[in-house]
Order: sequence, then C-alpha cells, then structure tokens
Amino acid sequence: MIMSFIKTFMDGEQGLFKHKTLTPMQKLVLRFVVVGLVYYLFAVVEGMIMRLHLASPGVMMDDKQYFAIMTAHPLVGIFGSSYSIVFGAFLFLVPFLMKKPLWSFKLANWTLWLIAIGTFVFWFAGFLSHYSPLYTLYWPLPADFTQFSVWGGTFFILGIALVMVGTLFFVLNIFKTIAYNPAGHQKQPKGVLISALGFKRLKNADGTHYVSTPVAAIARGTVDTMLNAGIITFTGVLILVYMIAALLGYDLKHSAVDALLYKNWFWWGLDLIADGLVLIFVAGTWYLLATLITGKKIFMEKWARAALLVEMIVSWFVWSHHLMSDQAQPAFLKIFSGEMLTAFELITQGLAFFITLATLWQARPLKMSNPLKFLLGGLLGFALAVPAGIMQADLGLNRILHNTQWIVGPHVHVAILVGLTMTLYSAIYFLFPILTNGAKLYSQKLANFHFWAHLLGGIGMGAFMGMAGLKGMLRRTVYHNGEFDLYMIFAALAGSLLLLSFLAFFYNIVMSVGLNGVLGIFSPSKLDKDKLLPEEK
Amino acid sequence: MVDSSVVLNGQTIAYTLYVIAILLLMTWFGYQITRGSKESFIKPALFYSFVSFLVVLGVSLHLITHATIPWKPIDLNRESIKADKVFEISIKDHQFILPADTLKISTGDLAQFKVSSDDLTYGFGLFRQDNSMVFQMQVIPGHINDVMWKFDKPEVLTIRSTEYSGWKSDKMVLKDVVVVN
Repeated sequence: MIMSFIKTFMDGEQGLFKHKTLTPMQKLVLRFVVVGLVYYLFAVVEGMIMRLHLASPGVMMDDKQYFAIMTAHPLVGIFGSSYSIVFGAFLFLVPFLMKKPLWSFKLANWTLWLIAIGTFVFWFAGFLSHYSPLYTLYWPLPADFTQFSVWGGTFFILGIALVMVGTLFFVLNIFKTIAYNPAGHQKQPKGVLISALGFKRLKNADGTHYVSTPVAAIARGTVDTMLNAGIITFTGVLILVYMIAALLGYDLKHSAVDALLYKNWFWWGLDLIADGLVLIFVAGTWYLLATLITGKKIFMEKWARAALLVEMIVSWFVWSHHLMSDQAQPAFLKIFSGEMLTAFELITQGLAFFITLATLWQARPLKMSNPLKFLLGGLLGFALAVPAGIMQADLGLNRILHNTQWIVGPHVHVAILVGLTMTLYSAIYFLFPILTNGAKLYSQKLANFHFWAHLLGGIGMGAFMGMAGLKGMLRRTVYHNGEFDLYMIFAALAGSLLLLSFLAFFYNIVMSVGLNGVLGIFSPSKLDKDKLLPEEK
Repeated sequence: MVDSSVVLNGQTIAYTLYVIAILLLMTWFGYQITRGSKESFIKPALFYSFVSFLVVLGVSLHLITHATIPWKPIDLNRESIKADKVFEISIKDHQFILPADTLKISTGDLAQFKVSSDDLTYGFGLFRQDNSMVFQMQVIPGHINDVMWKFDKPEVLTIRSTEYSGWKSDKMVLKDVVVVN
C-alpha cells in the first residue's frame, strides 16, 4: 500500500500523465496555473494569519507585521494568483478558439516570469521591511518615510512595476493574436479586433459571429486590463520619484500632489479590475463554460455580447462609488458615477447570470460534473456579492457602511473567493484533461470536499465579516479590547475551511499528475510551439 | 431623524432574506438541471421581464433611500443648510485636535463637523457605546471635509479614525468625547 502511494505520488494517478507528450503551449499554461496556485496558497495562508490576528490580536505578531501582510495579501491574490491563472488560460483559449497559433510564445513566457518574479519581489520587500500603505496607496501614505522604509517601498513598487510590464505584454499578445494573419492560415477579414471589441459587426456566412463571444469577452476585458496597468504604472512612477528623491536626500513636498485628484485617478484605474476586467472576464468564462458543458449555443447571445460591451464602457465611469464618503468629491460624480452608473452593473451582471443559467437549463438533464458544480458556485458568489456592492454604492447607506467589514466581507471576499475563484476552479477542472492529455483526477471525494469546504468557507467567512461590519467593525483596524472577537472567531473557523479545501485540491492535483509530472511541466518541450495540442484535437 | 442603527437593521433583514432566497433558488436549480428528459425551452419573455426587473430595481433603490434615509438629502444640500453647531477639528501626526475636551450637542441639534488633515488621508467617524457606527467620512489633506448630522437622542459617542493611515491609525480613538444632552 505504501509502495502504491509512493508510486502514485511520484508518477500520478495510474501513471497517465506524461509530461513529455505536452506541447510548449500546454506546458506554458500549466506553468501559469502552478504559479497561480502557489500564490493562491500564499494568499490563503496570509488570510488565515490575518484572521487569527483579528480573533486574537497580539498573540502571533504585532500590528506592523499585520498591516504588511494586509498590504501584500490582496496584491498576491490578484496579481500573483488570479492574473497568472487567467492570463495563462486566455493565452491558450484565444488561439484555441480562433484556430491559429499564439502571436508570440516568447512574450507569453515573459509575462509568466515577470508576474511570478514581480509578485515575489513586492511580497518579499513587504515581508522584510513591513512596507504597508495597503493596496489603496492613499496619498501621501506610500511616500510617508517617517513610517515606512524608503528602500522597502522602492523594491515593493519595483515588484509591482514588473507585474505591470508582464501584464502589458499579455495585453499586446492577446490583441495581436486576435488581429494577426499567421502564415499558412486562411486570411482573416479586416477589422477582426474592432469586431472583437464590439464596434463592428463581422459575421460568418452562416450568420454566426466571426469572433466568438468568449473571445469578445476576453478582448473587452483586456482593454480594462491595459488601462488599469497604465494607471498603476503611472502612479508607481510618481511614488518612485518621491522615493528616489528621499534616497538622494531630498524631501519633496507631499502637497505638490492633490490627494483628492490622486484618489480619483488611482481609483479610476484600480476599479477597472474590480468593476471592469473581473466582471467581463468572468461573464465570458461563464458563457464559454456553459457552452462547453452543454454543447449548446448561448441563450440570447446578442444580448450577452451587448452586455459585455456595455459592461466595458460602464466600467470606465463608475469609479466614484469608491469616493462617496469623500466630502470634497463633487456631488454630481457621487450620484451619476457612484450611484446611477454603478447600478448598471446590477443589470449587466444580472444578464450574464440569467443567460448562463438559461443556457444550462435548456440542455438539461446535465451530469453534475466538477466544472458544472463549481460554475454554479461561481454564479452564486456573484449573485450574493453584486447586490451587496450595489447597496453600499448608495449615498445614504455608504455613510454607515464605508470602510466597515461589510465592504470587505459580503462584497469583496464573497465576489473574489466564491464568485471569481469558483469560476476559475470550474475552468481548471474542465481544462485539466485537455491540458494534461487525458490525466485522470486522483480522487473525486477530494474534489467534492474541495467544492463544499470552499463554498461554505467562503460564504461563511463573508457572512461573519458582514455581521461584524453591520455592528460597526471597521476594516483595516485591529480591535485590541475584544469588541468583535466572537465574529472574528467564527470568520476564522470559516476561513480555515477555505485553507483545508485548497490543501485538498492541491493534494488531489499533485497526486493526479505526480511529483515527476509537476517538475516535468517546467522542463522544455521538444514539440512545435505553434501547436496548441499534440494532434490539434 | 431615523437613527442609523434602524437603517442598518433594515438592511440586515432585507439582505438576509435575499441571501436565503438566492441560496434556495440555486439549490433548486442545481437539483433540477440534473433531471428532466424533454427539451426545456425558456421563453424570451421571461428574459425581458428579468431585465426590466433589474432596471426598475437599480433605479428605484437610490430613489427609495433618498426618500427614506434622512441624512442623504441633508448631505447633498448641506451647503445651503445652517447648522445649529459647528465643530472645527484638525488632525496631525495621527492625533485629533478638538476645539474642546468634550463636544457638547443638544438633542435635536443639527451639528456640522469640519475636519482637516495636515498630513495624511484619515477618516472621521462617531461610534456608540456598543461600538456601532453613527456615521463616518474620509478626511483628505488639502480639502474641506465636512459632514452634517442631526442628533435626536441623548448619547455619549466616541470619535475614531475610520481610514488606515499607517499602523498608528488604530490608536486614533477619543473615547466618549461627544456628548448629546
């Protein structure tokens, strides 16, 4: 029995995974996934440490260390994990769905390593120096060198900059892959990229769209990815100017930068992740998974495509819901951008929710496979989190909800952990046999545990954070007198389910492909770089 | 004026009911899609009805809160409203500097809090004895940050920074310094 376990651990379930049969593209995507999962583990462990600190402050660490973790945690989760998994999947899916090679394999490799190394650099800089201005970087906190180490901050920002360069390489690769005409392939009609973005109708002879809806979603989400990377890079350069000046002995005036203007442009860019690319990419992934699971067309497809375009445009104008408690922010922006336009997201995301459910319903009876159950989990996550977000984007309610645990619990964590992450898991479970040339999952029981523990852990943690928030508990604040300990203990218990579910998933995947298989993913492939799958299945 | 705790209780009930409904819906849906053998057609009318419902819901939410949450119109029109009391507070080096040791307000008064920051971005919030929030706002350096609030019942409140401004921000608590008589 022990020998059998060791053999499975080394060679994978039934020895079915043969890394030497993988194309370079398959290996590249699997490397993205491995990097993404490793950073997800970072984020989950950090999250768990923070949960324990909130339940019992001062036992494990001091507040300085806590806030350094809090600064790294969302950035590792979003850039190191989500970006890696999403970028890897899309660099494979766009050429796969358009039946042509990726524009640049080399650039995709650069994206992988820039994100992997950049994430480690900013995480390590924060770990060592306790640089902790949080991801919001409210001016002039990131340049406050009376609190933070200038060297720590410099390396932190440089790490972020590496991630942003890798992100811009991804953007270029996606747009070029959609637009270019590879040698040896049928010539595309003109305006394919414009059509993918939604500004031109381009149809096949049979009346179907030339650019499929999932590719259109990827293209439109990538616009927001590009704009976001531009804003973060610009802000990073500004902060670096202050840091370099400090290193050279100059003390630049903080008042040279208007804190409200800065907050507007930074939230404009940052919100393109939360209210732009995430929603668009997720909707596109739902449509793709629903069609792949059912083998049927998307229900009301023209509405689905229209909603993706509206979502992209709306995402450029909703940033002000983050500034509803800023009294110097013009009232017009608070009402028009903060309330009214943000409400459109209820409509666009509601449409995506309905269309995906309808596509599934019309194909019943369906087998409750792993991709299907995780897809339903992802849909549930956004069904819970989006209305919570719309409620807090109200001038009246924001006055008593802003910066409470409500925001970060039922809205942010339920959206990310239940909505986004379960959608990603659905895609991973679906793509697993395709990307591994038919490797078999080691244990369905572990997959079931993964599903239930993740779902209950994510919703449970969000719920207890939300309850504490409604009772007045602030986010980004440590309470040392036990004011909210009970809620935080329950949130920590729910959080521990999330950690256990991930460990079960990770173990299941390692046992499926084997340690040799995991290591083999990182060895070079001798097959053709232009081939996505060994025999173009 | 309706107390903010009443609004939060209402929100708790409304959102909890919604969560229960959506959980039941998804459970039912997950069960039903594994069953049924004939073609399941969804009429477009159902889709259009759902879209219409979302539009009505999205627009009406803010209209309803404008009509029912009293501090919302006060906030939007505060430049033209005369406050019964005005408190000018400044913040520097993670310290609140108050105009007096205790800020005294009479029941029924409309008070205005003008808070300025000399260095970082902070927050300003009032909290009850049970730690629940009365209200909060952001405090941006270089700008006027003011909020107007009507106090309808006697209570003793605590001032707390509601925005992270470095690890010292947790210490920005002035306990029981606002007294409503």
